Amino acid sequence: MLLIPCPHCGPRAEVEFRCGGEAHVVRPAEPESASDEVWRDYLFVRKSPKGVHFERWNHAHGCQRWFNVARDTVSDEILAVYRMGEAPPEVGR
Amino acid sequence: MSQAFRLGSGGRIDRSASLRFRFDGQSFQGHPGDTLASALLANGVHLVGRSFKYHRPRGIMTAGSEEPNALVQLAPAKARTEPNVRATVVELKNGLVAESQNRWPSLGFDLGQLNDVLSPLFPAGFYYKTFMWPKAFWERVYEPRIRAIAGLGVAPAKPDPDRYLHRHAHCDVLVVGGGPAGIAAALEAGRSGKRVILVDEQAELGGGLLALPDAAVEGLDELAALPEVRVLTRTTCTGYYDHNYLVMLERVTDHLAEPDPDLPRQRLWRVRAGEVVLATGALERPLVFRGNDRPGVMLASAARAYVNRWAVRLGSRAVVFTNNDTAYAAAFDLHRAGIEVGCIVDVRPEPKGKLVAEARELGIRIRAGSVVTGTEGPLRVNQAVVAPLDQAGGIGGYLGTVEPCDLLLVSGGWNPNVGLFSQARGRLRFDDALAAFVTGDASLPREQRLRSVGGAAGDFSGFDAPPTPLLPIWAVPSDRRGKAFVDFQNDVTAKDLGLALTEGLRSIEHVKRFTTTGMGTDQGKTSNVNALAIVAETLAKPVAEVGTTTFRPPYVPVTFGALVGHSRGDLFDVERRTAMHDLAVARGAVFEDVGNWKRAWYFPKPGEDMHAAVVRETRQVREAGGILDASTLGKIDVQGRDARTFLNRVYTNAWSKLAPGMCRYGLMLRDDGMVYDDGVTACLDDRHFHMTTTTGGAPRVLAWLEDLLQTEWPELEVYLTSVTEQWATMAVNGPLAREILAPLVEDCDLAAEAFPHMAWRAARIAGVQGRIFRISFTGELAFEVNVPADQGAAVLAAILEVAEPRGVTLYGTETMHVLRAEKGFIIVGQETDGTTTPIDLGMDWIVAKKKGDFIGKRGLERPDLVAGDRKQLVGLLTKDQKTVLVEGAQVVATPTGRVPWPMLGHVTSAYASPNAGRPIALALVAGGHARHGQTLWVPMPGKRPIPVEITAPVFFDPENKRLHG
Repeated sequence: MLLIPCPHCGPRAEVEFRCGGEAHVVRPAEPESASDEVWRDYLFVRKSPKGVHFERWNHAHGCQRWFNVARDTVSDEILAVYRMGEAPPEVGR
Repeated sequence: MSQAFRLGSGGRIDRSASLRFRFDGQSFQGHPGDTLASALLANGVHLVGRSFKYHRPRGIMTAGSEEPNALVQLAPAKARTEPNVRATVVELKNGLVAESQNRWPSLGFDLGQLNDVLSPLFPAGFYYKTFMWPKAFWERVYEPRIRAIAGLGVAPAKPDPDRYLHRHAHCDVLVVGGGPAGIAAALEAGRSGKRVILVDEQAELGGGLLALPDAAVEGLDELAALPEVRVLTRTTCTGYYDHNYLVMLERVTDHLAEPDPDLPRQRLWRVRAGEVVLATGALERPLVFRGNDRPGVMLASAARAYVNRWAVRLGSRAVVFTNNDTAYAAAFDLHRAGIEVGCIVDVRPEPKGKLVAEARELGIRIRAGSVVTGTEGPLRVNQAVVAPLDQAGGIGGYLGTVEPCDLLLVSGGWNPNVGLFSQARGRLRFDDALAAFVTGDASLPREQRLRSVGGAAGDFSGFDAPPTPLLPIWAVPSDRRGKAFVDFQNDVTAKDLGLALTEGLRSIEHVKRFTTTGMGTDQGKTSNVNALAIVAETLAKPVAEVGTTTFRPPYVPVTFGALVGHSRGDLFDVERRTAMHDLAVARGAVFEDVGNWKRAWYFPKPGEDMHAAVVRETRQVREAGGILDASTLGKIDVQGRDARTFLNRVYTNAWSKLAPGMCRYGLMLRDDGMVYDDGVTACLDDRHFHMTTTTGGAPRVLAWLEDLLQTEWPELEVYLTSVTEQWATMAVNGPLAREILAPLVEDCDLAAEAFPHMAWRAARIAGVQGRIFRISFTGELAFEVNVPADQGAAVLAAILEVAEPRGVTLYGTETMHVLRAEKGFIIVGQETDGTTTPIDLGMDWIVAKKKGDFIGKRGLERPDLVAGDRKQLVGLLTKDQKTVLVEGAQVVATPTGRVPWPMLGHVTSAYASPNAGRPIALALVAGGHARHGQTLWVPMPGKRPIPVEITAPVFFDPENKRLHG
């Protein structure tokens, strides 16, 4: 079970959190004029990298805040934790 | 029976006390400090079980948790019975009852032994190939028969009477293994003030030291005095998970004859450790030769433990078969205990050093460069055949010489116990000197802060006789046919591995699954390396290239009870009850589970079944009135400057003009355009709204709205609070609704002009300040009364006092479903399934065309969502006016056809409707909106397809006259 460093509460066990999938998926600013392809990609197309993955997590059974995590999907290492709205950091082992 | 095979002195047993136990119906004695295995051996019992597949007689091979053979059934036929328990780890207690497994009629004479003779019929993977014809026989004949003959113990048939606890802990350093390396690591960490947990699976600390003559375990007093060090004995670390999270099983009372009833039987520990020290030692491995499974064949280290720790006279004449030095120490200990050591058969052509000299001094013959090619003996080994190896590693047709023995010690080398290291994702490396897998130096994930020490790290400097130099020999040649076992528990022979390779299997994971080597309760602790090496040898590849199979938790078998802990029976899950629950119970309600809620389902009168009760309730609501406990609906308090903007974005309809005092029904979509939830939201004031959701959707809707506010629209000032449990909600429906409430309500005019449909008013109801919403889910005149939850029961009681004498009844969720279906009102999750749009539901009216963007708006324009042949909500009327359809049944275009029959859709709701006077149903049917008036068919298994007419999904009061009373 992962130990996730909530930026607001500190390290907590994975069971306190809910994973919200890939981070930095941007909802097109003008949905009306977005093409079917753009809208399809926004709705359904997600990365599934082997390696570093940027994902959203919610401290559901704690402060209930959403934040971003950079996690290595192979080793489950947590490489960075950063707040909503912040750009993904440069990470590597 | 006396312990005839107990040595006269020595051992870590308490000779002043005797313990009685039974094995296979026979009574024996042992001493405190014994295991079941040591006590059996002290009584001369070497034959303890029959093997899994061939029913071969088996004895005790090890002295620890890696035991593959000596599996017994404890407390047979009792609720506390436990199958497949390793006799080597069961601490003896007074009154213990054990039975051997997998034999009939008896252990000594087992008819299943015939399998051994017939074994050419059952090679590895035989069940994939034989017993294929006729096909139907597999399920009915072959499999039940095979299962009856093969197999292990008997699962308990009664509920587990014991209690199990879970415990969570944190520590700076977790040391796994209480041998000398583990004790040293714990002392070092403890001295620096760190919080330390030291666990060991045995009853006392010492690990391998306990098997030495006159063992002295140092450091225990200091360990006990360190305040931050916790020592857990009888505790096995079973799993090493991510981020230094480990699970351990503590056997709290298993060893006690009369345990304190306040203590749990076992305790499952979940530990998050700052650092982990793996001091799990090393496991000796056997050698693979013909007849290496006979009772009396034992690992050299195990024999040493039985002689030194438990003072067992294991036999009268031993032969030792080894490829390394460690077995020499065992031979000497046996010799000093008075057991004749016939010879040491050493694979190495020229064994050298101190130990060899010592053997000569003790007069123990060494047969160097030789192997045991096989053994004989019906129920216990009575001779070993020894032959010299030739230059090519064979025996050149030499028949060998017979060495009589009733004990054969074997040592094929030592495997560092790397299971937990591997579970932690550590990489393994094959060490040629040890001929074993050792911990590799490749980096671990950074959160797995661990180090291995002692034998677990391949460091054998603590051994009095280290296992090097070692000459590997993986499959010992033999002069004749016979089984040479690699995996004892699964009856896998060297030949079976060869067969797997002949079949073309190459990956070691595939070989494992084909042959079952390394499976079972021991997970191949004694067999894996031998199996890998034989595969490598056969393929002429280095062992490192073949690799290992994956080590998985648990390290040893774990009782289900320990994993379950308290989560059983009443404590299995949370049960939510509304404030009015007891009133419903008093009126005989039958409840149904909706999420975690208990909701009143229907209220049968004496003699009524469900159908009769629901028919009466549905009539009563429309003829007089009815009251539903609607407290379980989700309620979210929405406040803030931008509350209205927020509602406009999450609902499909417009909220800009909803005035304080008014309510509106809203539909929420996901951004893909599919219906997500629905409910009525009331405007309390311009910046304050009271939102309701479906019962089941309440938590996820709140979480989703919160997600949107935090991540999509952080600029909006809106605060969400769940108030589901703050309010008790009772929906008063029916023609008499106003008259029922009027005498109880103060500060509020219920008259139609003053209190129109879809309005809400603050009011005092039965003296309690609350809110009344004029909203209806039945199509009747209806008021939803909301009062603080703690007043709910009192207010409902007051309402019922007025209502019941006038024929107004409490009704349950089933009647609620029928009434809303009569009106064609959807239920999210019943008429919708995540692929249903509001247009499919015929609810175009609620999708705003003019307002700005909202969640789902763009999604609804996707090409597939505007296609005309989508499944659309319709009503179904069975032509015979009698048959109630089955929810989930398919709808097809023709009464006859060939499977697969093109399916047009399915029934989503179906009820007998007393108010419509016939059965009604809702369905999602392809192009359904254009099919009104058509006849379609609903096929049912074993019946003729039922003809149905497609109609609009409204069956009662289509003009909505009743809503206004």
